[in-house]
Amino acid sequence: MNPYLDDFPVLKEPMNGKRLVYLDNAATTQKPLSVLRAVEDYYRAFNANPHRGLYELSVRATEAYENARHQVKEFIGADKDEEIIFTRNASESLNLVAYSYGLNFLNEGDEIVLPVSEHHSNLVPWQMVAKAKGAKLVYLYPDATGHLTEEEINSKITPKTRIVAVAHVSNVLGTVNPVREIAEKAHAVGAVVVVDCAQSIPHYPVNVKELDADFVAFSGHKMLAPMGIGVLYGKQELLDKMPPFLSGGEMIEYVYEQEATFAPLPQKFEAGTQNVGGALGLAAAIDYLKQVGYDTIMKTESELLRYMLDGMAQIPHITVYGDTTGATERCGVVSFNVDDVHPHDVSSILDADGVAIRAGHHCAQPLMRYLKVNATCRASLYFYNTKEDIDIFLASLKKVRGWLGYGA
Amino acid sequence: MGLEQIYSEILSEHNNSKRNKHHIDNPTTVLKGVNPSCGDEIELELRERDGVIEDAAFTGIGCAISQASTSIMIDLIKGKTKEEAIELSKLFFGMIKNEITDEDQLEPLDEAIALKDISHMPARVKCAVLAWHTLENAVEGEHAANHEH
Ligand SMILES: Cc1ncc(COP(=O)(O)O)c(C=O)c1O
Repeated sequence: MNPYLDDFPVLKEPMNGKRLVYLDNAATTQKPLSVLRAVEDYYRAFNANPHRGLYELSVRATEAYENARHQVKEFIGADKDEEIIFTRNASESLNLVAYSYGLNFLNEGDEIVLPVSEHHSNLVPWQMVAKAKGAKLVYLYPDATGHLTEEEINSKITPKTRIVAVAHVSNVLGTVNPVREIAEKAHAVGAVVVVDCAQSIPHYPVNVKELDADFVAFSGHKMLAPMGIGVLYGKQELLDKMPPFLSGGEMIEYVYEQEATFAPLPQKFEAGTQNVGGALGLAAAIDYLKQVGYDTIMKTESELLRYMLDGMAQIPHITVYGDTTGATERCGVVSFNVDDVHPHDVSSILDADGVAIRAGHHCAQPLMRYLKVNATCRASLYFYNTKEDIDIFLASLKKVRGWLGYGA
Repeated sequence: MGLEQIYSEILSEHNNSKRNKHHIDNPTTVLKGVNPSCGDEIELELRERDGVIEDAAFTGIGCAISQASTSIMIDLIKGKTKEEAIELSKLFFGMIKNEITDEDQLEPLDEAIALKDISHMPARVKCAVLAWHTLENAVEGEHAANHEH
């Protein structure tokens, strides 16, 4: 019996008359009771607009919000609280870097290097920057197992490279990218490194120093926290020289009719009233993750992943993308297809058995084209999944072709 | 509802059959229909003469529901006038939105009635209506494009 199941009320909701088997954790994770309570407690006991009121309630809200920031800073091993900017999600964090750093520090002919497997959130903003500045996007292509080889990295990162944008873990193939090696190479040519940790931090310890990252982006909702809270980490010397992304209340110092001066970090990048409840939910999620421990999370998930891949290998007419051998480091995200059956049909058929998986292009159309597929199914694990979940998934998967009138 | 009904024989038959999946000679209209969020992509070819859809076929890729819906639609519209085709598409949208449920009223949709239960599967509605939207756009011209149902 999985000891964490009781903490997640959603996992007990019946779906189509069946027990819910939730295997879409790469899209968003479920929330434990402690996170729900943290959000509720905030609105019950100390809701006020932080940084504005001079009364006790507002002071408490401000303190709680700033404590949450401090907790994030400790969790990812940053130097200073000022280096932690709260955003809505990873997408907003990456856009902040693209607009505020990219548009201001790139020039014509500069190159932005990124893997073709990037999520649209870490790809489309760079297209925008490249178009606006006359810069060029240079793609890194993975090998057959989904990995970026040293030769590929060494040949694409050159003195022209100004930015390298890379996901720590791919949301389609589960591949763990060699961020540290990439950063080393990038820093040697004076480029800045933007790491999308949306898919890693729920499963892997993320330490900004060990990654040697200049910017790190992630979303709370993929790591047990509520939707609507995200984080951007940036090195202070970079954040200091960047202009504000959004402007308005809270991020200013003095405002005159024709000009304004801006608040210091981190407020400079937090215009308007912030999602304090979300930040406290994120802090509670971090507490929960620490209590479970990354060791347990990784061990549970790698056992389940092995079990799932072995089970899938027994079913005919299934293609799994990326590494299936377990030869390389890999997270519990499995993209696959069933011969002759469109992923949407697979997903609907599994849904009838209460199994929730994703089908589509997973916001990674360039990767889909590179893999020469139109779309894939994706099953993704979290530590609250069980072997029984996988058994139900596999049993349902076996029936798919039969439903559509094909032989097994 | 029962997924069984939706993936009934008609659907799998249509999905397997390549009957309407090919190019036609001298098409007068070729129009692409795409569901970007799921990657369904069809190209509808029509040959009209004197306001009548003389021949129709499609190419492309997609799920069983979008492919079946397209193929069933092609069976239905061949030999119909453009106005009749538009009437059928309105009826189809009405059925999928669960606004028209009366069996007699739906009768002209014939085999397409097999897709009725998609109205209970919101996630799949756009698969079922892709071909019909493409048809509407093809017949009424691009200005009708992009309106959501
Ligand atoms: C690798 C990766 N980057 C970025 C994102 C974007 O996250 P969000 O939609 O929370 O901004 C996702 C989530 O879909 C992701 O998987």
